Amino acid sequence: MYRYDEFDRTIVDERVKQFRGQVARRVSGDLTEEQFRPLRLMNGLYLQLHAYMLRVAVPYGTLSSKQMRMLAHIARKYDKGYGHFTTRQNIQYNWPKLEEVPDLLADLATVEMHAIQTSGNCIRNVTSDQYAGVAAGEIEDPRVYCEIIRQWSTFHPEFSFLPRKFKIAVTASEDDRAAIRVHDIGIQLVKNAAGETGFRFFVGGGLGRTPVVGPEINSFVKKKDLLSYLEAILRVYNQLGRRDNLYKARIKILVRSVGTGEFAEMVDKEWQFIKDGKYDLPQDEIDRIKAYFAPPAYETLPATDATLKDKIEANADFAAWVKRNVAEHKVPGYGIVNISLKPIGGIPGDATAEQMEVVADLAEKYSFDEVRVTHEQNLVLPDVKKSDLFVVWEALSASDMGTSNLGTITDMISCPGLDYCNLANARSIPVAQRISERFADLSRQHDIGDLKVKISGCINACGHHHVGNIGILGVDKKGQEFYQITLGGSATEDASIGKILGPAFSYDEIVDAVEKVVDVYLEHRAPGEAFLGLVDRVGLDPFKEKLYAAH
Amino acid sequence: MPLIKGDQITEDPWVYADDEDELPSGDVVVHLERWEKDKDSLRSRNGKLGLILRSDQSPELVADDLAAFDLIALDFPAFKDGRAFSYARMLRERFAFEGEIRAVGDVHRDQLFFMHRCGFDAFEVENAAVLQDWLEAAREFTSVYQPALDAKQSVLRLRHHTKKAAE
Ligand code: SF4
Repeated sequence: MYRYDEFDRTIVDERVKQFRGQVARRVSGDLTEEQFRPLRLMNGLYLQLHAYMLRVAVPYGTLSSKQMRMLAHIARKYDKGYGHFTTRQNIQYNWPKLEEVPDLLADLATVEMHAIQTSGNCIRNVTSDQYAGVAAGEIEDPRVYCEIIRQWSTFHPEFSFLPRKFKIAVTASEDDRAAIRVHDIGIQLVKNAAGETGFRFFVGGGLGRTPVVGPEINSFVKKKDLLSYLEAILRVYNQLGRRDNLYKARIKILVRSVGTGEFAEMVDKEWQFIKDGKYDLPQDEIDRIKAYFAPPAYETLPATDATLKDKIEANADFAAWVKRNVAEHKVPGYGIVNISLKPIGGIPGDATAEQMEVVADLAEKYSFDEVRVTHEQNLVLPDVKKSDLFVVWEALSASDMGTSNLGTITDMISCPGLDYCNLANARSIPVAQRISERFADLSRQHDIGDLKVKISGCINACGHHHVGNIGILGVDKKGQEFYQITLGGSATEDASIGKILGPAFSYDEIVDAVEKVVDVYLEHRAPGEAFLGLVDRVGLDPFKEKLYAAH
Repeated sequence: MPLIKGDQITEDPWVYADDEDELPSGDVVVHLERWEKDKDSLRSRNGKLGLILRSDQSPELVADDLAAFDLIALDFPAFKDGRAFSYARMLRERFAFEGEIRAVGDVHRDQLFFMHRCGFDAFEVENAAVLQDWLEAAREFTSVYQPALDAKQSVLRLRHHTKKAAE
């Protein structure tokens, strides 16, 4: 993975020093909260319902075991012993004290981490495929370009006061695990007819109150033009994005209002002015960064492992976990281990300091020292030998991280909701917990199969409910918490926005309602038919009948 | 208002003109509307001419007239409104404007660094006493990742130049 050189280190250290000064000015009263606000918001520090919340960047979701141990240390020293992994592959701490934040950041800097641009109307942490570098069929490791974009966007002098926050995701695979089409910019590595690698650009996707699947504006941008093309898009947006209405300020609204074709032309016009000049990405730099992402020293192993086979036969729980949570690795004899942070009844994405340390140890011993954070709020050990899977599973299970529920109904995404967030209409976490408990039986989950449930506590959609197969949105009805259900959403390569099923359900009714949706699915599905397939085929009517007939 | 230019507080020789009044003598700054209306007389008067643009007025609107101006002031109606960062770069890079580009309005100490990098070279500030503070803020970062318009070499160049030199 990427390691800082002297320049990267200097920039992060100087940032810590600068922020320490800003906090000191706030604490001494030189700065009012109003004046301090924009400054702290450039550094991931939010004021929540009960306390400050600090969001730490995990660039494109990749961590070393040393970094993971530092996250555990921070959880213990500055928080209440846990952290929360987010849908942006970051980690949030819910209880740091303002005066201690500079020390926290200094600790982070010792392991090459920071909180730069994890909030504010700027270019946020770039996200990527959690299987980057280990998935079969990938064109190149997309993290090379994520790192290039991370550096380019860090303290960008022109694009730090955009109309609104700006999110970029990069993938290099046909199977889109990074949800690139619901980002402000989604970048897919592709090959052109001549066999060169370049980038396909989607712009103007997003969730929130106007969910949009981003359209393509350029089918092939050359590698050397990556940064100039990004500059051109951002420059058009910075000038023309709406600033009069918070809810119309994202780039998706601009793209929609001028039209995709016209927007692409505006970008192209801007690009012609700056193309082939100082923004060209030097091949030297691509090569330099690529060297950090070179594959680790894999052993030559047979594709199947005899001991693994025995263990699978002897232990049904382990067998279920391997089937559900271990994905195909591009190298024979290795597997990609998904660590569920969704124990039954738990808070999605939460991990204790002890759990983080267990994961760090496992990564160090069994996965070339690397961990990934997924946008579905789980963790990944990308490079585990098949012969090591059993010990890894045992260690994870002993720490409540061995649940074999990856991709099932209990592997939910949930935003913090009313328990933490001051914008919320309704609680999200307890709804997730109750659904999880209702479907606690693993064999029932496995029988249902893949089913993505996503919960947001308000229309800002941090829980991505629009792209849940089953989406749940907290709404306020005369001061009561209600939940609207949407069906048929997807964030992958077949990205689509879910459709609203009908009137919302109360806090007490919502779990029953979800169960009824699942019942309809089980009743009507053809053998092997996925939830989305069924919704496509039969529409919402059978669901409506079941859920609203009695009302 | 105190003006920071060239790392110090300097006397501001410019006067902002109202849209209707008789123009004062000397160097004046006018709004776009007045420029559109009185182009000819403004061009023929003695003294330098400056233009102030609101944040919804792109310099593209005066692309053909830029030679007439020695100063362009770009307004920040609120610190959050970052359009003028792009305008300043456009003036310098696309239109090769060499006069003064001045930041006016809600200009914050913590933005000075970025403004400077985008091509601003003068800053109207509320209080001359904060100069030292501002200058410090402008120097908080010694390395930068992106090529821009200040004298700083981007990390991209430094990395590959030092490497080349060492080879
Ligand atoms: S979706 Fe709404 S409630 Fe949930 S975290 Fe986002 S803003 Fe808060």
